[in-house]
Amino acid sequence: MTGNKSPLRRAFAPIGAFNDKMRDWWEGANLWVRWAVYLLLIIFALTLLPSPQFATFMMPGSDWVSTLIHPIGTFILLAIGLNVVVGQAGLLDLGYVAFFAIGGYSLAYFGTKYGWNFWATVVVGILLTGVSGIILGAPTLRLRGDYLAIVTLGFGEIVRITANNTDEIGGARGITGVPHPTLPGVEFTLRDAAPYYYLMVGAIVLVIILSRRVEKSRVGRAWAAIREDEDAAELMGVPTFKFKLLAFAMGAVIGGFGGAIWASKVSFIEPGNFPFILSATILAAVVLGGSGNLPGVIVGAFLIAWLPERLRFINEYRILIFGAALVLMMAFRPEGLLPSRRRRAELAEGTGGMGSMGAEVATQTTVEPSEVSK
Amino acid sequence: MDNFLGQFGPATVGGLAIGSIYALVALGYTMVYGVLRLINFAHSEVFTIGGFAAVGVFLMVGVSAPVGGFALIGLLLLTVLVAMAASGGTALLLEQVAYRPLRKHGSSRLAALISAIGASLFLQELIKLVIIPHVFGQSNGAIQLQNMPRVIDKTPLFSIGNAPIRLDHVIIVVAAVIMMVLLDRLVNGTRVGRGIRATAQDPEAAVLMGVNIDKVVRTTFLLGGAMAGVAGVLYLLYFENLDYRVGFVVGIKAFTAAVLGGIGNLRGALLGGFVLGLVESWSSIFLGAEWSEVTAFVVLVLVLMFRPTGILGESLQRARA
Amino acid sequence: MAALRPKITRLTGVLATGMALSLALAGCAGNSSDGGGGTGGNASSIKIGFMGDLTGENSGIVIPPLNGAILAFEEYNAKNPKVKIDFNKDLHYDSQGKSDIAPNLVTKAISQDKVTGLIGPAFSGESKSVGKQLDENKIPSVSPSATNPGLAQNGWKYWHRVVANDNDQGPGIADFMMRAKSPKKVLVVSDDQEYSIGLAEALAKAFKDKGTTVETDKFSKDSPNYNPTANKATAFQPDLIAFGGYYAQGGKLLKQLRDAGVKAPFVTGDGSLDAGLVSGAGAQNAEGAVIGCPCKIPFGSVTGPLKDFKDKYKARFNTDPQIYAAEGYDAATAFIKAVEAGKTSGDDINEFLKTLSFEGVSKPIKFKDNGEPQANSIFVYQVKAGQIGLLGDSTQAKLEG
Repeated sequence: MTGNKSPLRRAFAPIGAFNDKMRDWWEGANLWVRWAVYLLLIIFALTLLPSPQFATFMMPGSDWVSTLIHPIGTFILLAIGLNVVVGQAGLLDLGYVAFFAIGGYSLAYFGTKYGWNFWATVVVGILLTGVSGIILGAPTLRLRGDYLAIVTLGFGEIVRITANNTDEIGGARGITGVPHPTLPGVEFTLRDAAPYYYLMVGAIVLVIILSRRVEKSRVGRAWAAIREDEDAAELMGVPTFKFKLLAFAMGAVIGGFGGAIWASKVSFIEPGNFPFILSATILAAVVLGGSGNLPGVIVGAFLIAWLPERLRFINEYRILIFGAALVLMMAFRPEGLLPSRRRRAELAEGTGGMGSMGAEVATQTTVEPSEVSK
Repeated sequence: MDNFLGQFGPATVGGLAIGSIYALVALGYTMVYGVLRLINFAHSEVFTIGGFAAVGVFLMVGVSAPVGGFALIGLLLLTVLVAMAASGGTALLLEQVAYRPLRKHGSSRLAALISAIGASLFLQELIKLVIIPHVFGQSNGAIQLQNMPRVIDKTPLFSIGNAPIRLDHVIIVVAAVIMMVLLDRLVNGTRVGRGIRATAQDPEAAVLMGVNIDKVVRTTFLLGGAMAGVAGVLYLLYFENLDYRVGFVVGIKAFTAAVLGGIGNLRGALLGGFVLGLVESWSSIFLGAEWSEVTAFVVLVLVLMFRPTGILGESLQRARA
Repeated sequence: MAALRPKITRLTGVLATGMALSLALAGCAGNSSDGGGGTGGNASSIKIGFMGDLTGENSGIVIPPLNGAILAFEEYNAKNPKVKIDFNKDLHYDSQGKSDIAPNLVTKAISQDKVTGLIGPAFSGESKSVGKQLDENKIPSVSPSATNPGLAQNGWKYWHRVVANDNDQGPGIADFMMRAKSPKKVLVVSDDQEYSIGLAEALAKAFKDKGTTVETDKFSKDSPNYNPTANKATAFQPDLIAFGGYYAQGGKLLKQLRDAGVKAPFVTGDGSLDAGLVSGAGAQNAEGAVIGCPCKIPFGSVTGPLKDFKDKYKARFNTDPQIYAAEGYDAATAFIKAVEAGKTSGDDINEFLKTLSFEGVSKPIKFKDNGEPQANSIFVYQVKAGQIGLLGDSTQAKLEG
């Protein structure tokens, strides 16, 4: 690999080294150690993280638990979903917010118009987003990467503008009074954010399990093959179009799920909630954290959601700093904070000059030996 | 139908004018894409900077009323040169800071795109937080540039049918076509252009043939940026308003135009710009202007589905064909 | 990476354990459940918050009411009252007008900062997203600038505003223009923002009720190109163009209309009552444009309490009071009156607001049961020689030129 010369790049080296150490330890760890870690993480997320002791440091300017639900929780959900599309299948989606919107609107529309039960509506919303993912994907996934990017960008805008101009779903006024979830024994109200927080943690854990299972399955391996070299994958008998469509649909479903939960929390939804910049932000979260690597993606989403809210005291300068940070990050650690080994290997295969930028999102086919062996 | 006929003429003129602006901005996207395979997302801000540079010239020269004749020609030439320099310079800087390091390290295009989005946000906020208040001296949160000078007389020159034609319409369309022809000659008829085309075709072979790739990339950004600068001036003449986000919508439309005409294809960019401008303008008559963006994207999807390489086909190296 | 594959059933088991644990420890996270209602009866100070877009795109119409409120509270505290009102910077919640961020800030205002009342939210979108939350937590709110008619129809008991809504503004403007210009054909234009659409609908309805032929048009706010609307105007040849929307779009629209040779008079509403309308359109193009507003802005020379307010505001902030500054001052005064009457809890203040009646700077302040102000007068302004000047109450004012 080239490019370990610049000092700023070296500044990231400790993170990389720590990351590698952790990974080595993790791979050598016993099953029970892993379970202990999972358990500890969940307990941490449920107890310590939202505690007031944390809040004073983490979020002096706003309510910490509410911020953990949105934007932090929603961003994590969306980033995990987008990671399926971008990180795993290597498809560039610039209009991911559309699925978030469709999920949210499904809940708001069916919940307020027909008074459907929350959980039933969530299922319907998920189905709808899945279908819309396929409808969008079917004509466009045959296109090359960049065209896909611009078409998805267009799709995101189309969904937003259509929602804005359609009176049936509230138009620019949006929909108020989106139903709260119902669970026996738990009361979801606007007075208390805690139940929503637990619901959000539950949803994230669920989506992590789903994403992890799929990644380790035949589908996940097909995605990796497509990401690394689509033509080769096709030649090896992978029905690439079908799998790309599946990735799209799965990403859409997760986005829709996130949208539904979010809509029920804020209880008011309007087209202005779904600007293009949100799609770009989620994409930035995925890449910043380490595209393709779940822990990285979650950390990335956390940082991207948390920092601008935390840095409220620098107020108007936060987007400026956010923009500069993205540029610096990509210059000095393009693989993200916590990349997966495989992704890093793929990136390292780049030719160093024009080639990789002139090539598709993922570059070469060679895989690290450790990856091949499993 | 009466309604349609009443609006068709003016809509066509307006569509051609806005289409010219799209086309000039699209050239930057198309050239950078052709050479680097990169969606230069921050190109929209390069365009915005051109507009601001133009206002700067107007204020500096102190135009307060519409001018005509040679004074106007001189003023426009000066403005265009300054705007080209400002936008071209911004584009070069952008290349240097946001893309060069990534290129050197062989980063993925995804990383480059994120870097581009970051640079775009940074430039937008820079305009909003630094340039508008400190360079143009506007206080508390005015995002729109106030008191824009009018340099061009906007009474109609003549009419074609029921469509009044103003001087700014003429200048915009003529300027866009001239810039287009000049660029086309430059890329297809000079040594510099040959380097660009060679790099677009096969960077590795180009290196072997002695092409200095860094120089080619710089030239590409400079040229694309300069075109966006001209577009910024024309935009300003036409709409006489500027805020820090104007680039976003124009940029997306221009990129759509580039893809529509066949990305990497210079003439395609011009054609794509005009087609997009006209489709938008005409469709507004029937559907209402609030749907114009939807129409533009639907047209894009349709074109890509039935002719995936755009109307004129892609790639810089075949632009001459 | 993982050589061994965890069984999904086990992981869900872990999840269940975690959930159970969490319920046991839920107290830790439930820090936002203790609700508001304010501090006790004999506090030496209470906190009032302010919410609106303080750094975003439309902060230009939120900073003036904030300043108005600051002025009112500073005057009050300077009198060394028994109960002071805390309105410090930490209580100015910058929602940036985003309806999805506003609820978080309200939660903080209620659970951590323990505000007793809120001035704002400034806009209608964020009002919708937090109105119910404020209501459930019994926090009285007074908005200086949210004009969406629907807000009063949610049954919120703690919600108030000191401006007339768009359903008053529409007919007010229409009546005035009918008297002044008696148009036969009116083109009503809006962009695609919520406020704009609402006001345009109210305008269209009011003009239709007056028996004029109404044509409508809508454009996308983000598009720079409003020529399609201008073309429609050229074809329709209206006697009057009425625009509902903010000045940022209004200025551009007016310029492009005039450039396209459309000469019909132009009238618009409160969102366009800003010098930005004139500078956006160009002084020449904006000449004669009429602007209606439920607000009273001390433009030019004024007399009486409004002049007092203008002088004090200018002395304190070194700028003339702009849109909704007087309303911000009045909203703050409403809270001050309540505290002066010895009310220091959210419930008490809310009860007090029901009976409150005083002569505000902008208008007489008295609330209806649903939180709307009793006084719904609309004031009209006109651009003359590049300056916006107050013509007066829409029922009496006369148009010049």
